[in-house]
Amino acid sequence: MASRAVTLSRGSAAALLAGLAVAALTLGPVAAVLVRAGGWGDLGPGDWQALRFTLLQALASAGASVALAVPVARALSRRRFRGRGALVALMGAPFILPVIVAVLGLIAVFGQNGLANAALRWLGLPEMTIYGIHGVILAHVFFNLPLAVRLLLQGWLAIPAERFRLAASLGLSPWAMFRVLEAPMLLRIAPGAFAVIFVICLSSFAVALTLGGGPRATTVELAIYQAVRFDFDLGRAALLSVIQLALALAAGLVALRLGAGSGFGAGLDRVARRWDGQGRLARLADGLWIALAAVFLLTPLAMVALRGLPGLAAMGPGTWEAALNSVTVALISTALCIAWALPLATRRGELVGLAGIALSPLVLGTGLFLIVRPVVNPFALALPVTMVVNALVALPFALRILRPEAEAVRADYGRLALALGLTRMAWLRLVFLPRLRRPLGFAAGLTAALSMGDLGVIALFADPDRATLPLQVYRLMGSYQMHAAAGAALLLLLLSFGAFWIFDRGGRVNADA
Amino acid sequence: MKATTTFAAGLLTASAALAETPVLTVYAGDYVVSEWGPGPKIEEMFEAECGCDLQFKPGDLLPRILLEGERTEADVVFGLNTDVTKQARESGLFAPHNVDLSPLTLPIEWNDDIFLPYNYGHTAFVYNTERLAEPPASFDALLEAPDDLKIVIQDPRSSISGLATVLWVQSVYGDEAEAAWEKLAPKILTVTKGWSESYGLFTDGEADMVMSYTTSPAYHIIAEDDRTKKAAIFPEGHYFMVELAAKVASTDQPELADQFLAFTLSEPFQEMIATGNWSFPAALPRAQWPEGFQELALPETVLFYSEEEAAALRDEAVEAWRRALSR
Repeated sequence: MASRAVTLSRGSAAALLAGLAVAALTLGPVAAVLVRAGGWGDLGPGDWQALRFTLLQALASAGASVALAVPVARALSRRRFRGRGALVALMGAPFILPVIVAVLGLIAVFGQNGLANAALRWLGLPEMTIYGIHGVILAHVFFNLPLAVRLLLQGWLAIPAERFRLAASLGLSPWAMFRVLEAPMLLRIAPGAFAVIFVICLSSFAVALTLGGGPRATTVELAIYQAVRFDFDLGRAALLSVIQLALALAAGLVALRLGAGSGFGAGLDRVARRWDGQGRLARLADGLWIALAAVFLLTPLAMVALRGLPGLAAMGPGTWEAALNSVTVALISTALCIAWALPLATRRGELVGLAGIALSPLVLGTGLFLIVRPVVNPFALALPVTMVVNALVALPFALRILRPEAEAVRADYGRLALALGLTRMAWLRLVFLPRLRRPLGFAAGLTAALSMGDLGVIALFADPDRATLPLQVYRLMGSYQMHAAAGAALLLLLLSFGAFWIFDRGGRVNADA
Repeated sequence: MKATTTFAAGLLTASAALAETPVLTVYAGDYVVSEWGPGPKIEEMFEAECGCDLQFKPGDLLPRILLEGERTEADVVFGLNTDVTKQARESGLFAPHNVDLSPLTLPIEWNDDIFLPYNYGHTAFVYNTERLAEPPASFDALLEAPDDLKIVIQDPRSSISGLATVLWVQSVYGDEAEAAWEKLAPKILTVTKGWSESYGLFTDGEADMVMSYTTSPAYHIIAEDDRTKKAAIFPEGHYFMVELAAKVASTDQPELADQFLAFTLSEPFQEMIATGNWSFPAALPRAQWPEGFQELALPETVLFYSEEEAAALRDEAVEAWRRALSR
């Protein structure tokens, strides 16, 4: 019986297989591009500057996102109010918006002609400009603050209610409570959140360019784009993408080291009631943080919705078809991603998973094209490839969400399961999956939304008859159909958010999160 | 065994039926195939005359065909720009078009035996008359304009129109190009990845002028009956931008490919392409242009670098742009 029992933490064939799949899908394309290029290229004159800027903005963006997320997540974790659940869900929306839509939403608020400047003018204050490195960071915080808040909030919710009860009955001061309960949790969760956001920002391209105000804000991803699309210098593209990959993995390693440490042990899953922070000042501060975050994150979304409404009627049948394609792609990508993530939800697995988002999509697409081309016609594979790549790109996020709790479940219930001699299936069905329900719902929601909003694997795999919705937005804009594009963007926002909400809600059915 | 034979026979009949309608595969830019682009109309018109099945395949034109080499299934490539023709020509993947070029009505001389133009335009700054009543009257005036005049442009490293802008400045200012960019720098609100983002910012009222084409106002006139969008015409001249089609050397449908290329210069195609692709037709006298197009202001001087000149100048022109805007 003992031989059939689960080996809980490592060495399972599934984990190995999942890890190898990630490696093959990231290193394979780079190798294919490299072989085709016949060797590494040289870096151009602007490349070092681009590298410096890329690092700088990614560090600043990730730092600001996580730092701001701490008070917001803390406030959300200890306040109960009407509509809190809806607010938490809505605040997650920026993360899942396609880049171009979000940028136009931000500009509607912070641009020359935006709401912020209108308010400043009305107050007789000097106007602000969003264009420059601060604009790039602002946009990255807008995208990633929701993710950071959700990851930290999850950390707070994972502190068993019993610990707060105990702390309260011991009469710990708020500061002592922070030091004993919250700080260790933050030290465990924050580095991982920082790393995953740092890696997303590393490959930023359109945001950095549009809001950066010019070539000062050149990122490595732009240099890769130039090398592939304009110069056809595949050797240089391969070199740049390997540098980008190495930076991401370095960040991941650092985060893993920093984020080590054990959790709190098992609790009884009661809703945490807090006895600290009931003073008027604490309540006011918490309220302020929540309100500020809500205004910052929701106003641009409202502007996207407002701009899109008149365009909904002008979109044409192609857009509805594209929407259907996007929904299909998103659902299949989500199933794939979750199946991929479960065996990889370990420390090593998370590091491997990071590669998925760190690799330049352009190099990924070109490499896959080179690999697939001799065997099948790439046009026929457009949607399947998009699904696999979406799952790959969403994998690091799914892992970041699943890993801490998956490890905690293994640590807390592993010995018991071993003692009871649970089979692998029984362990999954009775213990592992039910206990992971909340993070699973969140991860699935995020994956579905990301897959809906993702531009897929660039134009090399474009399918003439089956566009996805984000591609449709770009096509409409390219044909002067700015109103229709705004309508399609709103539809995309609604679908992404709807998918996110349904999955996330499913994971929280009986949890007051 | 018998089942296999019947199945094989069935396959043969099916492929024979398919073979009756030959397929012409055309790689085209992504905007071409959208329901708002010219693709659907081209397909309908050409299929009516060729008795074939025209299939557009969207995507990155040149990178894709260079990756595929001679194994490409493309018969024709539609939508190349002059900034890639040198590379495309040197690849040896394209064949002469054999089309009589005398109907061309381009503002420059064109006698390329491989790349066939079907529509054109010029770089221009487009503005809104309600917001900017008096636009700069020349490029010099634009450089000297107060810094609160805000323009949006595209990155020459990621966009074709961005590259054309840099070559435009190069051809107007020559060795002084970098100094010109330095003067322009404070007026540049931002630089975007592609034309769409820039134009979106402009229509949202973020900037006074946007780097676009002389033909852009035609869209607003014809589709929206809006005459407030105009292209500022500069006496220094405007850079010529042309879109090209070419026959792939390894095509298995050479006659159809030739027929398609000849069709792109035919009158019905040329009359359609103006509003189909919001560009000037390459082989149609001005009198036959759609009305909205006849209203457009045209530059007196048209600037253009041959592909050899452009290739020689390109890297330095982009670097000058980058240096001037990085300061």
